[in-house]
Amino acid sequence: MKLRKLLCLVLVFLLPAMAYAAKDENLWNQVLKQQFFAGKQLLKGDDIIQLSTPVRAEDPALVPIKVTASFLQTKEKYIKRILLVIDKNPFPFVGEFEFTPDSGKADIAMRVRVNTYSYIRAIAEMNTGEHYMVKKFVKASGGCSAPIGADYDAAMARLGKMKFRLDKKIQDGKPTMAQLLISHPNITGMQMDQVTRFKRRAHFIKQIKVTFNEKPILTAKTDIAISSDPNFRFYFVPTEAGELKAEFTDTSCESPVSRDVCEPGKSYTQTYRIIP
Amino acid sequence: MRYLFLLLFVITSNAAIAAFSIKQVAQGIYVHQGPIELPDVRNHDAIANIGFIVGKKCVAVIDSGGNPAQGRLLKSTIQKITATPICYVINTHVHPDHIFGNSAFQDIANIKFIGHEKLSRAMAARGAFYIARSMEQIAVNLTEKDIIPPSILVKDFLKLDLGGRVLELKAYPTAHTDNDLTVFDKKTNTLWMSDLLFVGHLPVLDGSLKGWLNVIAELEKQSFDVVIPGHGPIDRDWPKSVQAEKHYLQKLATNVRAKIKQGKYLEDVLQDDDSIFKAQWQLFNEFHKKNLSSAFAELEWED
Repeated sequence: MKLRKLLCLVLVFLLPAMAYAAKDENLWNQVLKQQFFAGKQLLKGDDIIQLSTPVRAEDPALVPIKVTASFLQTKEKYIKRILLVIDKNPFPFVGEFEFTPDSGKADIAMRVRVNTYSYIRAIAEMNTGEHYMVKKFVKASGGCSAPIGADYDAAMARLGKMKFRLDKKIQDGKPTMAQLLISHPNITGMQMDQVTRFKRRAHFIKQIKVTFNEKPILTAKTDIAISSDPNFRFYFVPTEAGELKAEFTDTSCESPVSRDVCEPGKSYTQTYRIIP
Repeated sequence: MRYLFLLLFVITSNAAIAAFSIKQVAQGIYVHQGPIELPDVRNHDAIANIGFIVGKKCVAVIDSGGNPAQGRLLKSTIQKITATPICYVINTHVHPDHIFGNSAFQDIANIKFIGHEKLSRAMAARGAFYIARSMEQIAVNLTEKDIIPPSILVKDFLKLDLGGRVLELKAYPTAHTDNDLTVFDKKTNTLWMSDLLFVGHLPVLDGSLKGWLNVIAELEKQSFDVVIPGHGPIDRDWPKSVQAEKHYLQKLATNVRAKIKQGKYLEDVLQDDDSIFKAQWQLFNEFHKKNLSSAFAELEWED
């Protein structure tokens, strides 16, 4: 009898939590893999890239994640592209980041929105065509948190402002990390219909291009999973004095989760003088 | 199976009884003090301090609760205490523990919902997310119908005559959230501060750290006989009672600014030793890292 009682308790309290926290990969296996990598073989990626995420999304609007490459980029062997996916987000595509041998190292760090318990995946495509996947499971947080930026108006007031942050000492010819801060609300769209004052529009950064002396370092397609006021870290190789340049273009779309009806946005540019 | 039903009955009835008691904290001002807990499947997000103020002509509800059932409980409690009609439901901000009882009051003739001018937008942006996770988080099946935006918007200041007492509603720039509203009752010199004041429960930053510290600095200069926090016990020792919150937020700002200056990244800051912040706060582990994240994202745009 005692056991049955205990079982009841377990059922009542744990069942709802378990159902949602389950580490299932059905969505990936049945829909997303086909959507992004139809006909491709995804190899185990631990020797190629590592994905770092927190265990829990403490603030679901600001989850820091980082992809670290296991080797430096060379003309013979380099990571061409990294795709990031959050399975259970309403729009799972986070971004696609293209690198070149001039990137030095195909590392990329950013902050993302995580709506609920979900796997986050990073898939690296080599210059030779192979695909390698790594994944991490992230728990959602409780409380009043929502994956929405805290101060929309502050981000709107600064929209388009960009800052580069680099180490003071830049060494000639060595892969060097640069941090790019962009002020943009990058919002998912207002999702309540009956309050007719709000349209269902998403407003986000669609493309980012970073060059050093005109040579592409990082080219990215991004979407609403990137947190408000996006913050990226990546590498480049300062072989000579010159200019690091970032350019982004935003867009707005009718629906938070469909990209069928979108309007082109504006482009913004920022440069930074490099003296190794 | 018998035991399951029995157990369910015991749990639900206990929750209903234990969860709702209301106290008159000043003449005509009634508060239900919520438990200091995270929203979960047992408390159904009935965790905030909610209540009402009674005038000669009208009753104003201040925050309707964390779910429709709590809203109904508040409504029936009001109707037991006074025959004065409920004219207004004031929402102090968008968080679900303060707004999801709204639907219980919707059928009252001529009822007006009141909130900060940015409350509707915040409901539109966050509502769908709160609804989507309501079953999982609080075991309540919320729907779009439970989101009731304000019909009267407060841009800066609004006077509300309840008959024999005038409430002064004030809307703030971004602080705890971007849609914070306080209610001041001149008659009893009571300030209903809601989540601009946390007592015992770690303050939760979901707006602007600098903005919140500005609000505290402004309110600290004034004197009130009673101050009602959004979470924690009712205070009669203003401004002493806001000092813990102020010190925590100040320390958060100083610490995060220093780390940004050192060139640290968000993920490093989240892994640093937090013990200097902890003090006596409850729910520290649940919210401190969220606060660090919010503060970091805000303060890295300072220069």
